[in-house]
Amino acid sequence: MSISGTSLADTIAVGPSRHAALLQRQGVVVALVLLILFGAWRYDDFLGLYNVMSVLRYNSMFALVALGMGFVIMTGGIDLSVGATAALASVVSAGVSDVGLGAGLAAGIAAGLAIGLINGLAIAWARLPAFVTTLATMLAARGLALLISGNQSVSVSWETSFTDLGGGDFLGFPIPAWIAGIAFVLGAVLLNFTGFGRAVLAIGGNEEAARLMGLPVARTKVLVYGLTGALAGLAGVILAAQFGAGQPTEGQGWELFAIAAVVVGGTLLTGGMGSVGFTLAGAMLLGLIFNILNFENGKGDFTLSAYWQSVIRGAFLLLVVLLQNRLARRPS
Amino acid sequence: MQELEIVAPRRRRLVLPHGGALGGTLLSLVLLVLFNLVATPHFTSLQTLYVNLTQVTTIVIVAVGMTMVIATGGIDLSVGSLMAISGALAPLIFAGKLLGIGPGPLADGLAFVLPVLVAMGFGCFNGWLVARFRIQPIVATLVLFIAGRGIAQVMTNGNLQAFHNAAFHTLGLGRVLGVPIQVWLMATVVGIATWVIARTLYGRQLLAVGGNEAAARLAGLPVGRIKILVYAVSGLLSGIAGLIVIAINSSSDANLVGLGMELDAIAAVAVGGTALTGGRASIIGTLLGALIIQLLRYTLLSHGIPDAAALVVKAAVILVAVYIQQVRRAP
Repeated sequence: MSISGTSLADTIAVGPSRHAALLQRQGVVVALVLLILFGAWRYDDFLGLYNVMSVLRYNSMFALVALGMGFVIMTGGIDLSVGATAALASVVSAGVSDVGLGAGLAAGIAAGLAIGLINGLAIAWARLPAFVTTLATMLAARGLALLISGNQSVSVSWETSFTDLGGGDFLGFPIPAWIAGIAFVLGAVLLNFTGFGRAVLAIGGNEEAARLMGLPVARTKVLVYGLTGALAGLAGVILAAQFGAGQPTEGQGWELFAIAAVVVGGTLLTGGMGSVGFTLAGAMLLGLIFNILNFENGKGDFTLSAYWQSVIRGAFLLLVVLLQNRLARRPS
Repeated sequence: MQELEIVAPRRRRLVLPHGGALGGTLLSLVLLVLFNLVATPHFTSLQTLYVNLTQVTTIVIVAVGMTMVIATGGIDLSVGSLMAISGALAPLIFAGKLLGIGPGPLADGLAFVLPVLVAMGFGCFNGWLVARFRIQPIVATLVLFIAGRGIAQVMTNGNLQAFHNAAFHTLGLGRVLGVPIQVWLMATVVGIATWVIARTLYGRQLLAVGGNEAAARLAGLPVGRIKILVYAVSGLLSGIAGLIVIAINSSSDANLVGLGMELDAIAAVAVGGTALTGGRASIIGTLLGALIIQLLRYTLLSHGIPDAAALVVKAAVILVAVYIQQVRRAP
């Protein structure tokens, strides 16, 4: 099953050849498979039920943020506010978690959606640059999170089923993984089989042309940023449910992690092309690196401090980007 | 209009490349000062002035480099991480842990020079990725944003390094002619950068690359070298800023030095009127932008408004500033 969207330019092989473009995207899947094989070969419990489930459980929120970021980047934009938005949503949802699971979920998503819509309106209607706009809303969302929470974490209610969103299971799978899984399937359908998805790719490919073709450019952009905000909000709800508290200072650097996942997944920052499935692979790849470091430390042959994690992630990003660059520039 | 300026540069024009925008920034700053003169007690003391200036020096120094990078159409996300690397290296050097040179003038001297050079080297690496491989600057510098702080943390094992070092004490708290040394440093950096942009060939080349890279390449400009140099300068300035931060704190914490600096610097550049699309650079605008953001925060804090609310206000100011510039530029 191929869950990838291709722009017109991609199909008629302008620029990189179709094979190179395919390789460029498949690279992340190959790397992911190699990493999993390496882990399974080297560590006994790597493919054990417990490890697989906890990797899925704790990486779901990052994957959700990366999904939204993927859409924004496909339109040629960027969203730096997702981490702070997730923090705000975690505080808001924790605050109403005593009402119930549904209320917490709705409040968190609504908070994220609100920030996302502000981004979208500023970028699409006021034509402000995405980078600066989302930088500003990142500060604002962080400030709001700190204001609402009074600078401390807001503990969630344990009376209601709210914490199931983080720790619960359904049919043997972690609930956060279900949420992320469903979101990715919906995202893939949205990108590949709807007019909205085609508009997203068209805008990223050439915004002026999309406008001249009569596509609803402004509306699509507002929706994309709103969607990204809502997904960041959802990630914040899961964060609160997992930590047992809304975290006003969490989520720092999430935006850049998400951008890295999208780039590793083969989506070009210039927009116009991209894939939901490979973004998921990119997010899982970055998450697995941390998991493997944990196992390596547990094995005890040599010790790598947690700080190596970011060095290795950075090196990995570099490797993937250089590789993509080679593939993309190879003549057909 | 941009091409005109490059072909026939008038002396004053490049300092104020977009006329009214700088005036607007200046006007906002003046209004903010006037408001404080009326409403904030003890505002007219040297103490207040120095508190505000010392808090803004590192942002200004980094933002000057950022302005030049943005002028070429790039961006540098790695500045905060490079500050952490330089801040982590210096104590290792003067305590003799890294080079084995005992405490003394030589170790102190190396502790000032080497970290800055290392940061500059990393800056070169950024530039090399951007110029040689044509990787988008936001991705190229994201590599060191992620890995750079990790490198600093690995070097220090994530521990806080507290120190007593006379030379760094002087950099942090010393004064010349009654003015803090860091403020002199900041003024020097701003002065040199303004001169480079306005009066040197390199300044013109920088703006030409940002204005229209293809045209600059066709005109025979060494685009790759120009870009590498600008990222190197940004790295160098980040290195200096890292040293100032640890000198002020008398300690170095790789987890915190320079955290979030990339965004503070970009905000100062944006408020200062340099367009993120490149081709323009207003160093003085960036200085004013940083001062506005700092003074705003000071104003809110001294009126009892919490820091969190100040963040929201800062966000609003950035958006309004960019919006006004947008309207002004529109034909």
